[in-house]
Amino acid sequence: MPGSLLGNSVRRVEDPRFLTGQGSYVGNLHFDGLAVAAFVRSPFAHARIDGIDVGEARKAPGVVAVYTAEDLELAPFHGFMVLNPACGRPPLATGKVRFVGDVVAMVVAETEAAAVDAAELVVVDYDPLEPAVDTEAAVADGAPLQFEELGTNVVMGMADPPGPDLFAGATTVVRAKLENQRVAVVPMEGDAVLAVPGDDRYDLTVYVSTQMPHGVARTVADTLGLDVGRLRVVAPDVGGGFGAKAGVGAEHLAVIAAARRLGRPVRWVQTRSENMVGMPHGRGQVQWVEMGFDADGRITGMHCRVLADAGAYAGFGGILAVGPTRMMAQGVYAIPAIRYDVAVAVTNTTPMGAFRGAGRPEAAEMLERMMDIAADEMGTDPVELRRRNLLPAFTEPYTTVMGTTYDTGDYARPLDEAIRLAGIEELRAEQASRRTRGDRWQLGIGVSVYVEITGGAGTGEFGAVEVHRDGSATIRVGTSAHGQGHATAFSMIVADTLGIPMERIRFVQSDTAAVPRGGGTGGSRSLQTGGSAVLRAAEQVLEKARALTAAELEASPEDIVVQDGGLGVAGVPSRVVSWGELAAIAEDRGVPNVGGGGKDAGGKNAGGKDAGGEGAGGGPLAAELDFDQGGATYPFGAHVSVVEVDMETGQVRPVRHIAVDDCGRILNPLLVTGQQHGGIAQGMAQALWEEMCYDADGNPITASLAEYAMPSAAEVPFYETANTETPTFRNPLGAKGIGESGTIGSTPAVHNAVVDALSHLGVRHVAMPCTPERVWRAMVAARQGGPEAAAGGRLLWSDPPAAFDRLPVTGQAPAAADVDI
Amino acid sequence: MIPATFDYRRADSVADALALLHEYGDEAKLLAGGHSLLPLMKLRLATPQMLVDVGRLGQLSYVRQEGDEVAIGALTRHRDLEVSEVARHSVPVLAHVAGQVGDPQVRHRGTIGGSIAHGDPASDLPAVVLALGGTLVVDGPGGRREIPSTEFFTGFLETAVRPDEMLVEIRVASTAGGWSFQKFNRRAQDWAIVGAVAVAAADGATRVSLVHMGATPLRAAATESALAGGATPAEAAAVAAEGLEPPSDANASREYRRHLAEVLVRRALEDVSLGHG
Ligand SMILES: Cc1cc2nc3c(=O)[nH]c(=O)nc-3n(C[C@H](O)[C@H](O)[C@H](O)COP(=O)(O)OP(=O)(O)OC[C@H]3O[C@@H](n4cnc5c(N)ncnc54)[C@H](O)[C@@H]3O)c2cc1C
Repeated sequence: MPGSLLGNSVRRVEDPRFLTGQGSYVGNLHFDGLAVAAFVRSPFAHARIDGIDVGEARKAPGVVAVYTAEDLELAPFHGFMVLNPACGRPPLATGKVRFVGDVVAMVVAETEAAAVDAAELVVVDYDPLEPAVDTEAAVADGAPLQFEELGTNVVMGMADPPGPDLFAGATTVVRAKLENQRVAVVPMEGDAVLAVPGDDRYDLTVYVSTQMPHGVARTVADTLGLDVGRLRVVAPDVGGGFGAKAGVGAEHLAVIAAARRLGRPVRWVQTRSENMVGMPHGRGQVQWVEMGFDADGRITGMHCRVLADAGAYAGFGGILAVGPTRMMAQGVYAIPAIRYDVAVAVTNTTPMGAFRGAGRPEAAEMLERMMDIAADEMGTDPVELRRRNLLPAFTEPYTTVMGTTYDTGDYARPLDEAIRLAGIEELRAEQASRRTRGDRWQLGIGVSVYVEITGGAGTGEFGAVEVHRDGSATIRVGTSAHGQGHATAFSMIVADTLGIPMERIRFVQSDTAAVPRGGGTGGSRSLQTGGSAVLRAAEQVLEKARALTAAELEASPEDIVVQDGGLGVAGVPSRVVSWGELAAIAEDRGVPNVGGGGKDAGGKNAGGKDAGGEGAGGGPLAAELDFDQGGATYPFGAHVSVVEVDMETGQVRPVRHIAVDDCGRILNPLLVTGQQHGGIAQGMAQALWEEMCYDADGNPITASLAEYAMPSAAEVPFYETANTETPTFRNPLGAKGIGESGTIGSTPAVHNAVVDALSHLGVRHVAMPCTPERVWRAMVAARQGGPEAAAGGRLLWSDPPAAFDRLPVTGQAPAAADVDI
Repeated sequence: MIPATFDYRRADSVADALALLHEYGDEAKLLAGGHSLLPLMKLRLATPQMLVDVGRLGQLSYVRQEGDEVAIGALTRHRDLEVSEVARHSVPVLAHVAGQVGDPQVRHRGTIGGSIAHGDPASDLPAVVLALGGTLVVDGPGGRREIPSTEFFTGFLETAVRPDEMLVEIRVASTAGGWSFQKFNRRAQDWAIVGAVAVAAADGATRVSLVHMGATPLRAAATESALAGGATPAEAAAVAAEGLEPPSDANASREYRRHLAEVLVRRALEDVSLGHG
């Protein structure tokens, strides 16, 4: 029986609920006496607040309370990771506003309509200040400062010492300035929080749309000075997170403070308009990259200068350039030496956070564009250039020049497979004949190879399994699924280990009252950490059950195996003790002490603790423990993308996308494919459609879904997904993360395909997103040649800002950069 | 996303709607499909105090052949126009374009009258009515009057319909000859960044109109006169943007819009001369 489920495409047990509208979100929870919050937001990117008049708003019908920073006296906070301790954000702005959408005041009213109406009556006296909107402008001399007391907008930075000549022996050095644009995350459900003051067990219960309920509990308790043990945090169904629902937001703290003051439940559900400016944005790096190649096309070295946008209040997303982008700067290639300098700047824009991939897509895009630019420069085939530089396959840990230790890798395999599936020879032939014919729709073929980090930051995860008297089982786990399908995957693990049918397994997560601790879901960590914890707990339950069965049947525990309906002696199907009976026996008589909690290859049992009734007396047939895999895993893969470009208008039509992603051993191919699909869509969207834009005054000009070009199913092709399986030794499942691979591999493949379609015209680069106008301008410039061609991308390089010369030369990243998101 | 407070009345007839408009004056707005008005209200960019709902005036939902003209009731939904046998037979360009508006949800709610009365230069149907040389019939305190489409669109989101009047009918000549609609956008559901309509009219002329190339939906006058003077499609298209000042926005600069107009008009004219339709 064991082994019968894992590796199969088991349908998602979550779906019937969602598809029949029975999901339950923060927005549809009901509490007596519920009041609703609305926020007054800054229309200025940067302004002094000279006064706030809430008089009229307080008198408006249905208003319960109106608060400004003075009323609530909430200290500045850091929502997730601390980029710079001096840049904390006051939940309600004090003294200054720092971006359009910054929260200035809060109205609490009986209804949402009353709250929104009253918010319009709050009169704020702003004295506009000059904003620093663009990251490069923010680090220029004389830029308006967001935190005057710091004397600079550079809030974190470090440079590597010069070291050896990176380009010694190089016959070609390519240089490019690459922009990884700011994107909005746009989950289907925006941010939402509902705070309910005290019952007899808790001082406060917070329902919040989050990926990390335990993290929210910790941050809220720390920030508001509450006892975390008296605080309950629940994530009900969550309509997508993609990294943006990590940590605590200003609105969360304000709503919680209001509920505590008013002694009644208060809710806030973000509107889409608020979401576009209030939810952290992702990406936002400018990279100046120089890469040397010898006569054989082998990389001699690379110098990266990365300028990251942190947005207002040093949003934690700025750290990603110092953490994961830096860690992954070597990628899949043998690069003998890398110099990586990084500056993070605050700008008067929405604070930056994490978005699917969080720092790794920026590294992959950087390397993969450079490889194509270099191949073009050297007249080499881009696939061949990659093959020449790929790291050889390894099964023992490999440490890069960045000090990053990869677990296992075999990068040529997915590349070969993707090339084969794409049929690249025929595609190249088709491309050539379209070029000869001068077709209106030209073909472009783009390739990318990537490696990324998942389940990093060395945090363990909690998992528990309990079998009940009715023969059913309950899983409790510290991860927090919000669409990924953990109820399916984790139930498969338990069903596979214990033989209890999946439909008899209950799945509990996302409630600090039911699960004692947890890291939540981010950084593609869940299956490898939480799933492994659940597996280990199930194995411990099985050990206990075997001991019980052996005693019951007067057999040796070694002979006891899982049988249909329970446990029995191998080869004697007639003598089976059911799971219900075993649970009853355990509860009534106790479980003999078995050696659960042992170590095994790669996995450590940090603080493993048996919840079963050992020794005297009975107890549940259960086990709970923490699993720590001791290090990150490094999934990898290769994508091939095929696009058509209209030579007259510059319109890009993606026609095929082939993704071969290796996430180690696959538990459920259906779930893996689903993650690949969603990831590809979002990565392709960055290459072709999405960009959060601001005008010179710092007004967002893509702040609704009418302007922000998030694609729909009509715009994207059918995906061709496949996998190679290179297991990791770090966890017993052999699994690596798959949540972000699609996003990481697809952006550069699509981007390269667009440039490839234009390369015969002399175009070498088009900035993302490759909008029709940008593509058209690149073609026009290339056709015209001469100095105008600069705009079209022949001139790829401009000198990095002087701010890089002033960075502290440390050669290592600050500890804050170690993130799992 | 909650509109400012407003009152709501449902009109039982055109006369009833006109009486309500008269009673509430400037404070009132007609509500048809709501797919242009409600988004503005939710963003509080429009704050009418009285909504007069004409959405259920079934008597204004029709597509009829009347001699060599087709009459379309102002409350006809895009979807009903798209599948109308009369429209498909007598003005196929109109049926086709109705099927290109927004997405299915929009097409099942939005009305041709709302689309035209809103006067949005980015809307598709006004450009078609212009190319068809259509007539707009409005009703008001002074009775019904007919306005040629060329005089209907007076400014950005402004039309010749007075505040106490209502658009009741759209009349176009049966035009079953060649036609072409070229819509350029980045996402299927979006408004056109630029659009071009070309229609071979019964009198032998080719009429061309443009979407999103100025403050109003408009005819490509320079192209039309070039064609009248015997220009080739490419020559006539080259002047498509002549004299026009299209907007610059996050999707396209003015310069790029002018380029698109040229490309799309050329494609439309080639299409028409191939006898497409
Ligand atoms: C997501 C989305 C995508 C869209 N995409 C497109 C597109 O691609 N192309 C396109 O052309 N349109 C598009 N639209 C607009 C859509 O076609 C609208 O439905 C249409 O423009 C307005 O029609 P309505 O019936 O909804 O008018 P309403 O919103 O009800 O009214 C619009 C305005 O016209 C007035 N009005 C309505 N009827 C009359 C009348 N009979 N007499 C006088 N005044 C009247 C109203 O008072 C109001 O000021 C889109 C809309 C949405 C929401």
